[in-house]
Amino acid sequence: MFNHCADPSLLDGLSWWSCYLTTGKHINFYQSFLVVFALLLLTVPIILAFGFAGALARRSRMLPVRWFGLGYTSMVRGIPDIIFFLFVPIAMDQGIEYLRHQWKCSDWLEPVRQGNDFVVCTAAKMPLGISPQWVHETYGFLLATLAFAIVFGAFAANTLHGALGAVPKAQLETAAAFGMSRGQIFRRIHLPQMWAYALPGLSNLWMILIKATPLLFLLGVEDIVYWARELGGTKTARFAYPHPDWRLGYFLVLLVFYLGLTWVSEKFFNNLTRRVSKGQTTIGGTV
Amino acid sequence: MKLTTLLTTAALATGIASASMADAIRMGTEGAYPPYNFVNDAGEVDGFEREVGDALCERAELECTWVTNDWDSIIPNLVSGNYDTIIAGMSITDERDEVIDFTSEYFPPDPSTYVALAGYDGDLSGAIVAAQTSTIQASYIASSGATLVEFATPEETVAAVRNGEADAVLADDAFLADIVNASNGELAFTGEPVSIGGGIGMGIRESDTELKDKMNAAIASIKADGTLTALIAKWFDGRMVKY
Repeated sequence: MFNHCADPSLLDGLSWWSCYLTTGKHINFYQSFLVVFALLLLTVPIILAFGFAGALARRSRMLPVRWFGLGYTSMVRGIPDIIFFLFVPIAMDQGIEYLRHQWKCSDWLEPVRQGNDFVVCTAAKMPLGISPQWVHETYGFLLATLAFAIVFGAFAANTLHGALGAVPKAQLETAAAFGMSRGQIFRRIHLPQMWAYALPGLSNLWMILIKATPLLFLLGVEDIVYWARELGGTKTARFAYPHPDWRLGYFLVLLVFYLGLTWVSEKFFNNLTRRVSKGQTTIGGTV
Repeated sequence: MKLTTLLTTAALATGIASASMADAIRMGTEGAYPPYNFVNDAGEVDGFEREVGDALCERAELECTWVTNDWDSIIPNLVSGNYDTIIAGMSITDERDEVIDFTSEYFPPDPSTYVALAGYDGDLSGAIVAAQTSTIQASYIASSGATLVEFATPEETVAAVRNGEADAVLADDAFLADIVNASNGELAFTGEPVSIGGGIGMGIRESDTELKDKMNAAIASIKADGTLTALIAKWFDGRMVKY
């Protein structure tokens, strides 16, 4: 990156470090922090969407919808996360390719499953074979996001269901006495008051989500854990910047990053809980 | 921003005719096994197999993109179509041949050697030996009297010897030679080399016979005009292999 990095074997001390920390691989490492942030920011709205859908389904007056809500939350919370993280991307990938195959290559005679292979026509592959690598990476990342959202959405559904039930009935009855419709009661009284009860559970879920982001590494997404392992490994003289096993150092950097992120999140959620609980007799409340 | 670009690309791509697609393939490699394949400091796939792969793609008139994948899932991901070939120092074995197909070999069988801390002279047939999971070395140790300790990456197998978790590591000679040289006398070769497995070939899906034929023709071509011999000499300390 700098001019003096042209011949690394001549460098020493601080100049070696300035070149080492700015190699292409290290730039990839720094960019992968953005991948982690992107995952966190992208999943939050989807998790809340799935959470609300699940919670409202469980409170529905129609029995099948209630069963669906109960089934979603129990199943996803009862089955180990790792199974969803490994299953959902593969199943969705194959499912999407299968549907595109049916649509685009309906004249394809051979079966899609041939022995061990899953083969669809070239036009149906998702992403296409000719797409640049970043398309493949983004697609894999989006599938991973969906897997995270499904798993954490179930936990959020449970929290929101509990929070919705914790709002005092008296509040809702008073609203009805005022002549509000069901929709108005929900939007103006139930939902705003629910947040005071939901935030402790949701902030806990956020902390767990932060801790779970290295699962991206399991799914082959090049996240910070991948690059830390890759960069830390022993590099022999074949590489431009040889060094011994520095994995411990790189993983300590990750540790500091995650602790920092958790600390900032905790401050934020404490603030938010205090604001939402003004006048409430809840733990975060300030009566 | 990337999401909208992705959606636009997907929308456009659905309109593209299939005629141009046969020319592009994705080459899958591990990226953690110098000198065969590794990721260099610029973040690109590099190594003997990168140059062989690029030469083969040129001969077969294909456009190749390189992707890396962890060793553990390299075969399942080939089979489900994440990439089209495996070119990762994978020896041709009957067990793997049941699941995928191999092209003809592009590298002769490399003897596997043991490396231990300098001064180790214990009996290797009863020792604790480290190897990478799902390799020919791992199955060799498992079927001998020694105790096998498996690790997901080659780096970890060597680290195990350094910290005393294992007495020795068994891996391809070319990979260990670099490491022994760089260890400043800490590690040393020990015991006798063993010859395991067939040569190294490219892994291809069993249903992809067209690509296999193209690659076999390309491999024959680089053998015939000496390109392969020159590449092997370049990456493996001047080793001369006659093809």
